[in-house]
Amino acid sequence: MFAYVVRRVIATIPVMFVVAVFIFLLLHLGGSDPAAIIAGDFAAPEHVERIRERLGLDRPLYVQFVDWFAGVLQGDLGTSIFNNRAVSDLIVQRLEPTVALTVSVIIFAVAVAIPLGVLAAWQAGRLIDRMVMVVAVTGFSLPVFVLGYLLILGFSIELDLLPVQGYTPLAEGFWPFARHLILPTLSLGLIYVALIARMTRASVIEVLNQDYIRTARAKGLATPSVLLVHALKNAAIPIVTTIGLGIALLISGVVVTETVFSLPGVGRLTVDAIVRKDYPVIQGVILVFSFVYVVVNLLIDLSYSLFDPRIRYER
Amino acid sequence: MATVLTPDDLIAGRGGRLVRFGTFARRNPTFVVGMVLLSLLVVASLAAPVLGTKDPIAISVMDRLQAPSEEHLFGTDMMGRSVYSRVIYGGRVSLIVGLSVAFAATAIGLVIGLLAGYLNWFDTIIMRVMDGLMAIPSILLAIALMTLAGSSIRNIIIAITIPEIPRVTRLVRGMVLSVREQPFVEAAIASGTKTARLVRRHILPQTITPLIVQATYVTASAIISEAYLSFLGAGTPPEIPSWGNIVAEGRAFFTVAPWVVLFPSVLLALTVLSVNILGDGLRDTLDPRMARRM
Repeated sequence: MFAYVVRRVIATIPVMFVVAVFIFLLLHLGGSDPAAIIAGDFAAPEHVERIRERLGLDRPLYVQFVDWFAGVLQGDLGTSIFNNRAVSDLIVQRLEPTVALTVSVIIFAVAVAIPLGVLAAWQAGRLIDRMVMVVAVTGFSLPVFVLGYLLILGFSIELDLLPVQGYTPLAEGFWPFARHLILPTLSLGLIYVALIARMTRASVIEVLNQDYIRTARAKGLATPSVLLVHALKNAAIPIVTTIGLGIALLISGVVVTETVFSLPGVGRLTVDAIVRKDYPVIQGVILVFSFVYVVVNLLIDLSYSLFDPRIRYER
Repeated sequence: MATVLTPDDLIAGRGGRLVRFGTFARRNPTFVVGMVLLSLLVVASLAAPVLGTKDPIAISVMDRLQAPSEEHLFGTDMMGRSVYSRVIYGGRVSLIVGLSVAFAATAIGLVIGLLAGYLNWFDTIIMRVMDGLMAIPSILLAIALMTLAGSSIRNIIIAITIPEIPRVTRLVRGMVLSVREQPFVEAAIASGTKTARLVRRHILPQTITPLIVQATYVTASAIISEAYLSFLGAGTPPEIPSWGNIVAEGRAFFTVAPWVVLFPSVLLALTVLSVNILGDGLRDTLDPRMARRM
């Protein structure tokens, strides 16, 4: 088991390295002068020069990369051009709303999608199945802000049940905190529900066709027991894989959702950075999110062995 | 059951044309509705100037934030511009971006995928690069590219295409690797077929069907990405009306003038939905094996 974990962890190093190289090169790929781009269209030449020196853009590319990468490994993501603060501090400061939203979406989506998917697989081809599939296709097609504004219109403006936007930290009480997260969670959660429900359905249907399911039925096991113990556990690997890969979708959605509901999270930080052309912040956010994505998928990879012990012994 | 035709019959051309279409429509009502919708949207954005639209960027301060009425079908925005005209013209941006990205991502992904499936050394390197690229959240990658490259339709197409390439590459590479194992390809190699001919005659035809289906999904996802980027202020130049831009501008006035946000939103959702329905329909019709797996 230990060797298996080590092998998997080592396998993520090249991916992280490629991500780092790519993010670093982005700034230089445009062919034009990064300092001039950051300075903006109406910048004085001295200003451009100052930025060039500040970012060390006058040094050879590989020196810049080694320097930057060494910093990143020590948690130094650079400094904001806008307010001179460390990008890592800016991100940490904005972390709570983003983590709160992401965790609540994952809990909501898994809790809704897996029962829906199992139900659809069990009733495959019947009305319930078709309804679940309609929800899935709709979920894929409704952009986050479309659903977000429809929900705000219905629940906040017409019914006046929930706040239109904003965020209350958890420290100020659970209910005020949760109230502000309900609509963002629903808006961002639907696409994730669609993704997981569809994979759960497909995966469970495949397992239900196996011989051991027929055996379980033949020996008189009750349907819930067959579905949950035999089918779902054996169908788990593609489902958790989808949950992990879906994190990428979720991260993109977080940026949009935070903008719709004015949540002061990392997504808002990114959007504010767009307007200010604060490239170091954007770069830092991408690096952190990509790292999270790789780590989550590593953990999911490792969890496979819980569902299927044979995996531990594979080469 | 003799009159009910399967998708395979349709491809094979069994049954009269009308009967075939009737059967197909009865069996796939959502597909037909989706196609009608999509055609309407395409025609509407192509024929935008003759559909009773006004100049989509003409400012009229007297008409600010008017609710939908006979005069202003979808109401007006905070600068008194007709939301109806802006939404109809905005469809053009979505269609151009969606189709260009689908074409570019598919073409580039196809070439890289074929090479990766064939050259082992290239495969090892390029698939690491693709893994890395896939680990970067696509919207953030596009935001970074747009911030650096500046806002224009061309740059948007490039910024959305890059994160879409790995998925196409993986699909093509996977197909090449599995086709290569099949007996008829082995036979072709054994009988001395040159690689170029092998790819053209045996490998490409096998990959084309899943590729068309994938291209449809890429179109849908590119249309959403363009709307997200414009909504976040890193997309289509603000002076061009695109659905994301209209929503972004209407955001601040949502509580007093929700129509500015709602009309482009609904059109966006319907467009993406009908492209996705087209994709599902193509998948079920062209590739029954894949359909069964989903």
